[in-house]
Amino acid sequence: MKGVSLILLCVCVLAGICILSLGIGRYPVSPGTIVSWLITGGSADDNVPLVMLGIRLPRLIAAIAAGGALAISGAAYQGLFRNPMVSPDILGVSSGAGFGAALAILLSMPVGVVQIMSFTGGISAVLVAVAVSRAIGRGSDSVLVLVLSGIVVSSLFGALLSMLKYVADPLDKLPAITYWLMGSLADIRMRELTTVIIMITAGAVPLMLVSWRLNVLSFGDEEARSLGLHTGMMRAVVIVCATMVTASVISVCGIIGWVGLVVPHISRFLAGPNHRMLLPVSFLIGAAFMLAVDTVARSAVSVEIPIGIITAVAGAPFFIWVMKKSSIRSW
Amino acid sequence: MVKQRGIVLQMKGAGLGYNGRAIVDDVDLEIRSGDILCLLGQNGAGKTTLFRTMLGFIRPVYGTISVDGMDLSRLSPKEVAGFVSYVPQSYAMPFSYKVRDVVLFGRTAHLGMFSAPGRKDRSIAMECLEILDMAHLAERSFNELSGGERQMVVIARALAQEARFMILDEPASNLDYGNQVRVIRKIRELARRSIGILMATHHPDHAFMVASRVAVLSNGRLGHNGHSGEMLTPETLKSIYGVDVQVFDAPDDGFGIRKVCAPVVG
Repeated sequence: MKGVSLILLCVCVLAGICILSLGIGRYPVSPGTIVSWLITGGSADDNVPLVMLGIRLPRLIAAIAAGGALAISGAAYQGLFRNPMVSPDILGVSSGAGFGAALAILLSMPVGVVQIMSFTGGISAVLVAVAVSRAIGRGSDSVLVLVLSGIVVSSLFGALLSMLKYVADPLDKLPAITYWLMGSLADIRMRELTTVIIMITAGAVPLMLVSWRLNVLSFGDEEARSLGLHTGMMRAVVIVCATMVTASVISVCGIIGWVGLVVPHISRFLAGPNHRMLLPVSFLIGAAFMLAVDTVARSAVSVEIPIGIITAVAGAPFFIWVMKKSSIRSW
Repeated sequence: MVKQRGIVLQMKGAGLGYNGRAIVDDVDLEIRSGDILCLLGQNGAGKTTLFRTMLGFIRPVYGTISVDGMDLSRLSPKEVAGFVSYVPQSYAMPFSYKVRDVVLFGRTAHLGMFSAPGRKDRSIAMECLEILDMAHLAERSFNELSGGERQMVVIARALAQEARFMILDEPASNLDYGNQVRVIRKIRELARRSIGILMATHHPDHAFMVASRVAVLSNGRLGHNGHSGEMLTPETLKSIYGVDVQVFDAPDDGFGIRKVCAPVVG
């Protein structure tokens, strides 16, 4: 079957990037040593287990989880909103999370609190957007009203965030906020990683399970309903899961743009538009992309490059290329 | 397809509209499985509102709508979809699904929340494509098809839903002449498979071709409910469309005599 072989191919590519990424860094390790360490659990070089377990493996897992999660929720949102130009933060989750994190940083809260407030901020922004659209959108095109509410809430939180940056101490707090907003996997520790992975799994698994019905939803509300889909419930499931996944990634990694927009496009290009195949392929490609980008971010120069900058710099020209391709062949 | 017992989709004294205000009043309408009812009327006469009510998207403001003796507005979307399928006007999709997949989406009502279609659903979908002579396009992308082919595929999707009633919104309107006739032929064939059909059309000739009952939606009422041959007189057509139309008997084509329209162009 074509679909299964594509997924296998993606898994192999991801595995290859994993081994390369584990070897690259201030303490280089050859791919052969890594493979034998992974299989036997031991190595002639005593430093290898230390470097791997203590530093590179947690970061590798974080990159895979974050990239996969952002890509899968982006793909789900594009199906839900029937629009291939939608990214997971269309309903304001990023600006809400950014505001929450900036507020916590401004109040000199510890890292854990920054993460919790960022998560809460992201979820709240989406809840506000959904509530606004429910309040005003009676009887009209609810998807359009929802998107517009998301844009309104996004810019509202964006303005609040600007205010926080304006009042923040420019020597100490402002750089911290700016650094957080650009996104990084550098500060991830194993303990918080476990929580994030549980959250991502709790969101991604239901998305996978409803993936076939997501196709039906992409026909639009009324048509989907005439086909027997409970559209309200289905939309709620997708929004709740995608928001939870995105907010938990943002809360530990900061705002990483582009992945949720561009990766579903590449995946649709490779796997076709059927969400049953599109979601798992998006997850794998998103994971591979993020891992590659993070490897560059931590090893290209002697200081860490914020990952959001690399995803945007790499994503923008790529997106133009995809648009050119897809204007020849429709999505 | 096995001959099933006949069932009825029925509106009784219903007011149709939004927010408690009826825009179409006192609708009495009955479609039996195997029947064809053509709905004529100008744009804005309330056709979409009638369809939305029949599909259970909105409740009647007053009166009742029932299917097989059950109150339709109490049924879940899934249950309604088991009785009534819908063929919207042809359009393009945001994502380019394969024809085979599009027809398979017709099986949604038969599947659980977390399940995906199985072998049986796939074979039903293929069967429906064959009934509409579209099986050779199964692997093509839906958005690459012509308007007529798309319309047939969407009808196949509705057929795969295995509902006893099908509502078609101007199924032949945006098609070239040959495809209009092809779609009309297929609709007659579906009725012979004991599917009850409600189709909207702007062409009185389509109503003559399907040899059906007609109902005319105008001035907030549903009137002229009866057989097309008797209902669609030059006078009625003048009152609906505001132009003079002559109605003739077409020569016998071997399948009986039917009427045709000839508008007076002056």
